[in-house]
Amino acid sequence: MLDSRFVDRHIRILFPLPALLFIAIMMVFPILYTFSLSFTTWNLASGMPPRFVGLNTYIEVLKEPRFWAAMGRTFYFTFLAVGCETILGMIWALILNREFFGKEGIKLLLLLPLVSTPVAIGIAWVLFYEPTIGLANWALKSLGLMPLKWIADQNTVIPSLVLVDIWQWTPMMTLIFLAGLASLSPEPYESARVDGANGWQIFWHITVPMVVPIILTGIVLRSIDAFKTYDIIYTMTNGGPGFASETLNIYAYNLSFNYFRFGHAAVVLFFLFLIVLSFSFLVNRLKDRGHG
Amino acid sequence: MKRKGQVFVLCFLVLAILAGGGFAQQKTLRVLLANHPYMEVLRPLIAEYEKQTGTKVNVESYDENQLTQKLTTEFATRSSTMDVFMTRPLQEGKLFFKNGWYENLSPYLKDSKKTPASYNFADYAASAVSAVTHKNDVYTIPLVTEWEVLYYRTDLFKKANLAPPKNFDELIAAAKKLHDPKNGVYGIVSRGQRGAAVTQFSSYLYNYGGDFIQEGKGAVVDTPQAIEAFKFYGRMLAEYGPPGVTNMSWAQCMAVFQAGNVAMWTDASVFLGNLKDPSKSKVADNVGVAMFPAGPKGNSPYSVVSWGMAVSRQSKNKDEAYKFLLWATSREIAVKAMVDKGITMARTSVWKDPGVQKKFDPQLADTAIKVGPIGKPYDRPLMTAVGEARDAIGEVIVLSIETKGTGDIAGAAKKAVQKVNELLKNAGEL
Repeated sequence: MLDSRFVDRHIRILFPLPALLFIAIMMVFPILYTFSLSFTTWNLASGMPPRFVGLNTYIEVLKEPRFWAAMGRTFYFTFLAVGCETILGMIWALILNREFFGKEGIKLLLLLPLVSTPVAIGIAWVLFYEPTIGLANWALKSLGLMPLKWIADQNTVIPSLVLVDIWQWTPMMTLIFLAGLASLSPEPYESARVDGANGWQIFWHITVPMVVPIILTGIVLRSIDAFKTYDIIYTMTNGGPGFASETLNIYAYNLSFNYFRFGHAAVVLFFLFLIVLSFSFLVNRLKDRGHG
Repeated sequence: MKRKGQVFVLCFLVLAILAGGGFAQQKTLRVLLANHPYMEVLRPLIAEYEKQTGTKVNVESYDENQLTQKLTTEFATRSSTMDVFMTRPLQEGKLFFKNGWYENLSPYLKDSKKTPASYNFADYAASAVSAVTHKNDVYTIPLVTEWEVLYYRTDLFKKANLAPPKNFDELIAAAKKLHDPKNGVYGIVSRGQRGAAVTQFSSYLYNYGGDFIQEGKGAVVDTPQAIEAFKFYGRMLAEYGPPGVTNMSWAQCMAVFQAGNVAMWTDASVFLGNLKDPSKSKVADNVGVAMFPAGPKGNSPYSVVSWGMAVSRQSKNKDEAYKFLLWATSREIAVKAMVDKGITMARTSVWKDPGVQKKFDPQLADTAIKVGPIGKPYDRPLMTAVGEARDAIGEVIVLSIETKGTGDIAGAAKKAVQKVNELLKNAGEL
């Protein structure tokens, strides 16, 4: 039987213990395990148990053209998506920062894509993009434009996926920027107006410098998420046509669950982890400098 | 005092949770099925089996690719609680056999106490049994056979005064004549999605005189015959197929056929029931099915054991599991599957059943008889790393569709050969 005084004395450890254990089991262990797997070659197709091979699996992955193609696509997807979301998010935030009738209603509408399930979004957009009967081509044709093949063409598949990402995540950027704009102190604006600055000058020389830390925070959060986008790509194209939308995450998934090469998948995930980590590190540095 | 009470309650709860596993006394089996028409037949019958035997059967079902992933990851951890599962002999047979995940069924089949004579294992054709045999022992019971057929729209064919095409020239002529995108009808569809396309492309490959692998030589998808087949398939789908075909597997192809947007579809023989179901198909009354057309080098479409059922070697109740396997693969259920769902089951005697002869689609039955002597027993490269090899070969198919067969097919095919040979070598198969 546990001594009740023992509970009393160690209450600071005992209470957060379940949460700590949970994090250790569900997060720390998988990361360490994946890391240790990356030094092995474990290929179920050969019927052999995992074998320690040092950095050999890393070398094999780095030599694989499919890995570099997936890496390039991951960056392309992320920069295109986050870039557009930042600009659009800022425009929306500036509009919504003013007072006008129906503002709250628009804010509510903006939130809707954010709360939808990604897999459901993917399935719905597959129908929109359907080249024969889809809404997207119907809209293009009604405007007198050429219909596109959207996700069915190697050249348009990534921008088409980015469009879905923009549709879903611009609202989050808007909300972050809006919170930033609302927190700005009014004094610099007043003195600028007294000094006779025009609207553009106020925006460029006062608003932008003051919201830069917030913009950067938004970009980091969104980039980390965009780098590891998996759900909409998996449901919409599964990396196709061919391999034209295979990002690092999809590639790692294929390696582990379609090809059963767990060691190689671990290496790909390690690189993804490294990219996300170094990206957030870099932007944090930039942010600090912005403050100084 | 109060705190002591709380601690006591906590300890009691922990003990209760730990002991919970011990309460189950009834025999239970865990069965994994694929989302396949056969599962729709089997699942409602399981309650009856439970009543007869007193065994509790827990069924889970998954899509084919998810099923492979589920099975593989569970077996790889060596702590699987699975007893019986559906499996694709050509896709995962070698992988599972090599890793020792299938229970060897030969000792059970030879033991008359475990396998009653009425089960009649001889009912399975030798070619079907060979697909599930590894090193002279049987590891899986064949369940469903599939071969590639041509589905076509009888109304469109009648209006255009066409007969079902007998060879590739007639196939292209028919596709060209019926291709009418302005009115929402495309000439022909077949799978164009990377890995998924490979199995349905296989019959085109064979009929051009090509093959996937040659014994002792490795991959041969870069021979002139194979390149002609890639070009033909790509050109056909690019010119007369619906847009977006490179993202289409069987589900998307079936959907455009059911919606009335294509005149022809080449795929496995198991979809007729779904095409003729008025609740799913707009063209239910106008679906015909014909033999796969011949190519320049004759006609040998694939005819394969697409699904089987096996007992897990990690099972703790192998005898119970085997009993369930015998029941689930019995002749009675096979007949029911053929009559109710039109599934082409692997047992040969079911075709002579009067109920089946009365109910089964005569056109499909005709293709079954004709494909018997000419069919090839595989629709993908026979190797352990099938998934990765399919993706490599599928890339050539995608390129051919995207370039209307004019791209550097030979170069891409050569790359695929290198990749497949590398995989064969890694698995010790070349």
